[in-house]
This record gives sequence, C-alpha cells and structure tokens, in this order.
Amino acid sequence: MIFENHNPLEGKVFQILDKTGKIVNEKYYKDIDKDLLLKMYKCMVLSRNQDEWALKFQRQGRMLTFAPSLGQEGLQVASMAACRDDDWLVPAFRSNAAWLYKGLPMKNIFLYWSGNEKGSKIPEDINMLPIAVSIGTQFNHATGIGMSFKYTKEDKVVVTYIGDGGTSVGEFYEGINFAGVVNAPVVFIIQNNQFAISTSIKSQTKAKTLAQKGIAAGIPSIKVDGNDIFAMYFATKEAVDSARAGNGPSLIEAVTYRQGPHTTADDPTIYRTEEQHLDGMSKDPIIRAKNFLIEKGILTEEDDIKIREESKKTVFEEFEKAQEENITSLEDIFKYTYEEMTENLKEQYEEAKKWEGGNN
Amino acid sequence: MKALNNVEALNQALDQMMEEDEKVIIYGEDAGFEGGVFRATKGLQAKYGKDRCFDSPLTEAGIIGTGIGMAINGMKPVLEIQFQGFLFPGLNQLLVHGARYRNRTRGRFTVPMVVRMPYGGGIRALEHHSESIEAMLAHTPGLKVVIPSNPYDTKGLMISAIKDPDPVIFLEPKRIYRAFKQEVPEEIYEVPIGKARVLKEGTDITVVGWGAMIPEIQLAIKGLEKEKISVELIDLRTISPIDKETIENSVKKTGRFLVVHEAVRSFGVGAELISIVNEKAFLYLECPPMRLTGYDITIPLAKGEGYFMISPEKIKSKIKELINY
Repeated sequence: MIFENHNPLEGKVFQILDKTGKIVNEKYYKDIDKDLLLKMYKCMVLSRNQDEWALKFQRQGRMLTFAPSLGQEGLQVASMAACRDDDWLVPAFRSNAAWLYKGLPMKNIFLYWSGNEKGSKIPEDINMLPIAVSIGTQFNHATGIGMSFKYTKEDKVVVTYIGDGGTSVGEFYEGINFAGVVNAPVVFIIQNNQFAISTSIKSQTKAKTLAQKGIAAGIPSIKVDGNDIFAMYFATKEAVDSARAGNGPSLIEAVTYRQGPHTTADDPTIYRTEEQHLDGMSKDPIIRAKNFLIEKGILTEEDDIKIREESKKTVFEEFEKAQEENITSLEDIFKYTYEEMTENLKEQYEEAKKWEGGNN
Repeated sequence: MKALNNVEALNQALDQMMEEDEKVIIYGEDAGFEGGVFRATKGLQAKYGKDRCFDSPLTEAGIIGTGIGMAINGMKPVLEIQFQGFLFPGLNQLLVHGARYRNRTRGRFTVPMVVRMPYGGGIRALEHHSESIEAMLAHTPGLKVVIPSNPYDTKGLMISAIKDPDPVIFLEPKRIYRAFKQEVPEEIYEVPIGKARVLKEGTDITVVGWGAMIPEIQLAIKGLEKEKISVELIDLRTISPIDKETIENSVKKTGRFLVVHEAVRSFGVGAELISIVNEKAFLYLECPPMRLTGYDITIPLAKGEGYFMISPEKIKSKIKELINY
C-alpha cells in the first residue's frame, strides 16, 4: 500500500521520521525489532567511521582515490535490512554501508581503494557483485540475475543501486524496462544525492522526480526520504516482498545528500553553495536515527560512545589487515584473464619476469 | 610566446577557436561550470556563456549522438568524454553513425566534430581510467585519431581537428597533462593531421611512439647515447590516417625499427606499423621490425600497474636487442 498511496506524479514523498527523528507519519509507522534497529544503527556508524578515516588515510598517502558514502548510509542500511541474507546486491560504486551490511569484510573495501583487485573478490557466501565504475551498466546485470531465478528455482530478490546521474544513461531505462517485461524480481534504488560529480540534478533532467522514470516503464515507483531509515525500510520491504511473491520489479528514488566529495580527486566547494551544504547536512540519517533510538530508550549516550569506539577499533584493525595483504604478484595480473593462461600470455608472463615493478 | 603545459595549451586552443568560430560548441560531463575534471575547459563557460560551453547529462551515447546531430546541421561540436574508459556507451553512435554519415549519404551529410578524451595509464587511477584503445578507434574507417605528446602539438592539432571536415578523435595522454611546459605561439596555428614528426635524427634505429611514450623514449635515448647508439625518434602524432612516408624514409636510413606503445600488444597499432615497414622497406631491414607494448591483459589497478607500464629501462633493453640482433 505504500507504493500505491505515494504516487510521485502527485508530488508525494514517503517519510516516517522527520529530520529530528520524530515520527511524523503514524499511519505507516510500525515497530522494527530492537535488535535489527541496533544492527542497522551500528552499521551506519561503522560505515561513517570507515569513510572518515579513509579520507584521512588517503590524505596521508596511505590509500588512493576514494569515494566516500558519507550521508547515504541510512538508505543503504535500511534497504539491505529489508532483504533476506541470501538476496542479491548489485551495487554502483558509492555503497559502503550496504557492503558492510551484506558482510563484506571491511579490508576488501580498503584493498579496492588502495588499487588492488583483491578488494573485488567477494567472499563465496555473499550474493553481491563488486563495484561497477561504468555508470548505469549494473542495472541490466541486476535484471539478468533476477531473470535467472526463474530457471534456478530460487526465491531470491535482487536489490540494485544507481546514482542520480546514472538515470541519464540509456542502460538505466533499458534495465528497468527489460525487468518489467520479464517480471524480474528486482528492486531498483536510485540514490539521489543531488550531484553527479559537479553536475546538479537540475542539469541532469527536466523530470520533476526520478521516481517517475519508473512509472514510464510501467513498474511501481516511489520517492522516499532516503535519510529516514524507517521509510526506506518499509518501502523496500514492500518492494522486496512483492518481487518475491512474483509481482515483478519496483523502483525507489531515495532522496539523500552526498556530504563529502565525489571522490578525493574532487573539490565540492567549487560547485556547491554553503546554504545547500548546510541544508543537506541537517538531514543526516545517523543523527536522526540516534535521536529516535534514544527517545525510545533503545540506545543510551553511553552505548553510542561504545559503538563509536568499537567502530574505530574495527576500522584500524581492518585497515591494518588490508595493508598486510595489499600485494599484487606479477602472476596475478596475468592469471585471471582466462580460466587457463593462453600460450601467448605464458610467453608474455615470462617476458615480464625480467622486469621490476608493481606494488608501488 | 608563453610557456604552457598540455592542458593549458588545449584550453588556449579551445578558447581561441570559440572566439574565432561561433559554431564551436563545447559540452560533456562536468565540462561546463567547473571546466571538466581535468580543467581543460576551465573558464570557457564564464567567457562564452552557457549556450556555448555546458554540462551535459551523464550519457556518453547522448553526448556523441547529439554531437553528430549538431554537426550534421553545420555546428562544430567539441565533445568531452571524461575518460576514454567511459567512451564505450558512446561507441555505438561513433562507429555506426559518426564514422559513416559521409559515406552513407555520398557526402550529403558530414560530421565535422571533435571528440576529446583523456587516455592512458600511470596515474594510479580506478578501473576504466587507464586504458589505451587507440587501435579500436583507428580500426574504424571514417574516423581520424590524433594523439599529441607536447603543448605545441596539442594546440596545433586541436585547431586542425576543429577545422577538419570529418570526425576527429582527440586522445589526450593525461599522465603528461601537466608534466612539463613548452613555449607555445599566441596565435592560431595548425599542426597537420596525418603527419608524423621526426623529433630527433639518428642513424642506427628508428623508434616510433606517441603520447606519453615520447618522454619515456627520450629518457631511454639519453641513456643510450653513452653507448654510442644513435636513435631516430618519430612522434607519430596521428594514428589514423597514418604517415607512411616518414616511417618509410626513416627505416630506409636506419635499417631497424621499433614501435613502442602502452596499449595491449595483439592486433594493435604496432602491428600496423610493422606491416607498413615490411611492405615499404623490407629489403633495407637488418633485423625484424619489433614492438614493445603493454601485455595482452586488462590494465591492472595501481598495485599491479607498475608491472604493466613501459619504462625507459624496457625501451633501452629492447633497442639493444634490435641493435645486437
């Protein structure tokens, strides 16, 4: 009923908690299990901590170009929490909190942003693809994985992300349209963080909402306050349950704000006004969740301090592990081109052994 | 004359051509307000307005496809693709339409546009930010492909590319965007498309390179001078159409030929050049013409990239291998 009652063409945005953490929509408010809420909160804080430290590590020259997910933790954690553990995640590239929620070891994330392909070696027991750098291409993969369930007789669902800029790419439409045609169990989530590098959403589309692009494809679509973990959780849950029941794909535009730079190579002060930034920061998903949890007596300030300390400890331990494992052997750059190294590659591998290089 | 680096020379060429020809329009992802992620179009929107230099939506197919439409109706779009690795969604438009309109319509419609993009490795970047696919582009009849290696050629080739009546792919070796400065004439001048340049004359071996390989080869040559090996260095500058004559004349003189490119080895521009040498100067050769290239693998991320890159040491060793063949 959430989708049905929030038609984006009528200007509706689904929200349950306001930016201070107060319930403003009793009609749709339901309790979420306390343990699950705490799991979500801890994951948001952990991701935030990792991002903040990663920015520092990058500045110290201990990591390479890095894209933080600062400010987008709420929608990522809530959408993952609404899934079953064995459902699939097909991410874009700014999805740190979702990766952590799915159980990806944090060291993988550090390895990836330190220039090592090992970071993309997702553990066997996690149904998740690695980062897709090429914008928008992942939507068709998500649809394809969803399509395969019909043949493998699995009752899983795929959740996939894209950015606001990604909705201008042709494959965005192709992916959602294809999924609609074949009724694939996919939930398409647009992380609308207002900017594609420097390009604001106004320069990206004349459409009033990004959610309405899903309506054009004939699939249930909704615009949600993406920094409200309750709204995101229940909207995603409805979409996931519907997909699992055989009713096909849905699309969620999750409105959020990119608090940091596009990547460490970007300077947002060039294109973002102070006013815009303050407004975006005031809607922070973690502060909002914390206020709610404290108000409900689920969390105390002392718990919160403990959670933050533990997060920092995890970040440093995982960064340490990543540094220890951050080695690429010469063989590594050849051996994954095909299942077996071709004669041509064997020759080139021998040739390459004569030279120094790598791991710098 | 003022000393400029490659990005500054590019920016000056774009600026002067916008000033000279109001049909020159620039757009691409982040190319307007902030002047592109490498700042190649910096200041152009402020100077010429949002109609002539603007941020496009995020769509390479859209950028190139609309560029084709603009060009068909007489405009001179200079399009920015943020990184060569992001070109692929736009490749369909480029190959099936951009390269073909002139032939398809027997000259009735033409596509005089420029598609610029940074390319090449060595900046420890993320995936799709380091590849060299000049061969894929040069393999398409109807496209011209140029690659400057210094500020003088960057400006002159860009001006020629904008004035060219056909689609020109302008590949910018981003590793040397800001590596060095060179005196660049203030006025508008052209460096002809399709002409290589002999950067240094020599007698023992011809070495051909382009883009970011040129400084690497120059370092190698310096090291070899002590060993009394005289290298003739040619900067190819245009991949397609290729300058056969300069290559032929040089190899007839030196009798040895080496091509150096960062792109993967098989089916590459090196193979094309070696064919030309065999066809034009076979009887002058004292050893087989050879290539020093990237390996036939996906270019590694930063931790493994050093294994892949072409170093002056590799170039020196390969030159000696040919000399001592």
